[in-house]
Amino acid sequence: MKTTRPPAHSTEEAAPGVPGFRTWRGVYLLVFLWFIGCVALLAWLSHAFK
Amino acid sequence: MNWIDWLVLVGTMVGIAAYGTWRTRHTRNLHTYLKGNANTGWLTIGLSVMATQASTITYLSLPGQAFESGIDFIQNYFGLPLAQIVVCVEFLPIYRKLGVYTAYEYLGQRFDAKTRLLGAALFLLQRGLQAGITIYAPAIILSTVLGWRLDLTILFTGLVVVVYTVTGGSAAVNLTQKWQMGVIFVGMVTAFIILVCKLPPDATHIAGALGKLQGVDFTPDLKRRYTFWSGILGGFFLSLSYFGTDQSQVQRYIGGAALREGRLGLMFNAMFKIPMQFFIVLLGALLFVFYQFQPNTPVFFNQTEWQRHARGPQGAELRTLETRFAAVQAEKQERIRAWVAVRARGDATAESAARAAMMESHRTANDLRQQARSALLALDPTVKTKDSDYVFITFILTQLPHGLVGLLIAVMFASALSSKAGELNALGTTSTIDLWRHFRPLAVHDEARNVRNAKWFTALWGGFAIGFALFIGFAENLIEALNIVASIFYPSLLGVFCVAFFCKRVGGSAVFWAAIAAQLIVLIIFFAGKIFPHYEIGYLWLNPIGCAGCIVFSLIFQLAFGRRPPAIPRP
Repeated sequence: MKTTRPPAHSTEEAAPGVPGFRTWRGVYLLVFLWFIGCVALLAWLSHAFK
Repeated sequence: MNWIDWLVLVGTMVGIAAYGTWRTRHTRNLHTYLKGNANTGWLTIGLSVMATQASTITYLSLPGQAFESGIDFIQNYFGLPLAQIVVCVEFLPIYRKLGVYTAYEYLGQRFDAKTRLLGAALFLLQRGLQAGITIYAPAIILSTVLGWRLDLTILFTGLVVVVYTVTGGSAAVNLTQKWQMGVIFVGMVTAFIILVCKLPPDATHIAGALGKLQGVDFTPDLKRRYTFWSGILGGFFLSLSYFGTDQSQVQRYIGGAALREGRLGLMFNAMFKIPMQFFIVLLGALLFVFYQFQPNTPVFFNQTEWQRHARGPQGAELRTLETRFAAVQAEKQERIRAWVAVRARGDATAESAARAAMMESHRTANDLRQQARSALLALDPTVKTKDSDYVFITFILTQLPHGLVGLLIAVMFASALSSKAGELNALGTTSTIDLWRHFRPLAVHDEARNVRNAKWFTALWGGFAIGFALFIGFAENLIEALNIVASIFYPSLLGVFCVAFFCKRVGGSAVFWAAIAAQLIVLIIFFAGKIFPHYEIGYLWLNPIGCAGCIVFSLIFQLAFGRRPPAIPRP
C-alpha cells in the first residue's frame, strides 16, 4: 500500500505570499478568529434584539 | 416584466453564457478541460467555490425560511470555516501532490479499485439526484409567479448551461461563475438597499421581538434542527464531506497555478460565507417586518395557486380566511406601533403588556396562515402548501422598479446556471476518469478521445438532470431537501476519506464494507425517524454518526479480516 500523505510541515510552514503572514498557520488563525468574531456578533445580536 | 426587464435578463444570461463559450471554444487539452486554466487565480477559485455551493435555492428559499422561522438557519454554516481549514491542511496538498483529476482517484491509490468505484458511485448517486433538484427548484417558482411554462423554463435553463459546460469544461465554468457571482452580488445588494429604505425605523427591534433574529441557540437538544451544537458538529462534518470529498467542489480548487491559489480561494470562502449567508437570512427577517406594514399582505404567498382556488366555486372559505387575516394584520400593525411607542418611552411595565398584546396578534395571524394552508390543501390535495419560497420573489415583482426586476430574475438564473455548471462538470469528470477510464485503461493516453468522452458524459448528465426535473416532483422545502440528501449520502464517503488520511493501517476491503455498513445505518436511522417520529433526530446529526460509524467499522473489520490485502504494493 502506498503511503500517500505528504509531510504536513513542509506545506504549512511555507510562506503563503499574503502580506503580514509568514506561514499558513497564521492565515488559518486569522480565519478562525474571524469565525469566532462572527459567532460572537450573532450571539450578541440574538441577545440585543430579543 | 416589461421589455426593459427582458432586455436585462436575456442580455445578462445569454451574454455571460456566450462569453464563456466563446472564450473557451478552443479547449482541447484534458488538463484544462477538467481542471481549468493553469493560471487561474485565488479569487476566481474562491468565487467559483462560492458559486457552486450557492444555487437559486439559496437566494429564493433562504430569505423565505428566515421570513417563516427566523435567522437560526445560519447555524448550519458554523462548521464550514473549520472544515475548510481542515481541507486546506489535509486534503488539498494530497490532491495536488498526486495530480489527480478526481478525489476518488486518490481512494484508488490509497486503497483499491473497488473503494474508488464505491466513492465515485456514492458521489454520482447523490449529486445526480441533486442535479435534478437544482434545475427544478428555480424553474417551479419562477414559472409559477411569472406565468411561464414549467417545462420550457427547465429546458431553457438546462440547455444554456449544458452548451457552455460541454464546450469549455472547467475553464468555462470558472470564467462564467466569476461573472455570474458579480451579477448576484449587485442584484442582492440593490434589493437589500431598496428593502431597507422601505422599512420603519425600528425594524430590527420589531424583527427581534417577534423572534426572527435568534441567530444562535446553545440549547443541547438533539431534536432541534438548528442549534449551535448541531451547526458546529453536524455542519462541520457536512462541510468537510462537501468540500473535501465532493468532486463538484474538489474540481474547483485543485486547478490553479499553485497550491497557494487553492488555499487562498478556500480561505476567502471560509471568511465570507457566514457573512454572506447572514446577509441573505437578514434580508428574509427584514422582509417579515416589511410585510407587517403592507396593506395587502397575502395570507398565502403563492398567489397564483391561491387565487386559482379562491376564485373558484368552492373558494368561499379561502375568501373568508383572507378577510379575517387582513383584519388581524391591521390589528397587529396597530399593536406593533403601540409596542414601539412604549418601548421608546422606557416604561418597562407598559412595554411588557404591549409586547404580550403584539405577540397575541402574531400568534393569531400565524394560526390563520396555517388554517389557510389547511383549507387550500382540503380543496386540492396536490397543492404545495409551503409558500415561504415565494416571499422574496413576491417582493421583487411587486416592489422593485422595472429593470431591477429583470436584474433580480437574472440573479436567480445566474445562481441556477453557476451551481448547475459546477455539478455537471464534476459528474462528467467523475464518469470519465473513475468509470470510463477504469474500464478502458488502454484509452488513458488518447487525450482527444478523453476530452471527447468527458464532453459526452457532461452532456448525458445534463440530459439526465433536465429529464429528472421535467418528470419528478420534489419536496416542499427545497433547501432542506438538498441538505437532507447530502446528509444521507455524504457521511460514509467522508468516513472513507478520513480512514484514508488518518488510519494508515486500514486496508481497502475493511473500509469498503465499513462504508456500506455505515450507509445502511444512516438509512435505517433516517427512515426509522420518518416511521417513528418520536425517535427522529435533526438530519445534521446523521453526518457525524455516519462518518464515525465508517471509521469504527473500518477498524473493527480490519482487526477481524486480519492482515491488509496488498491491493497496491508498498513502495
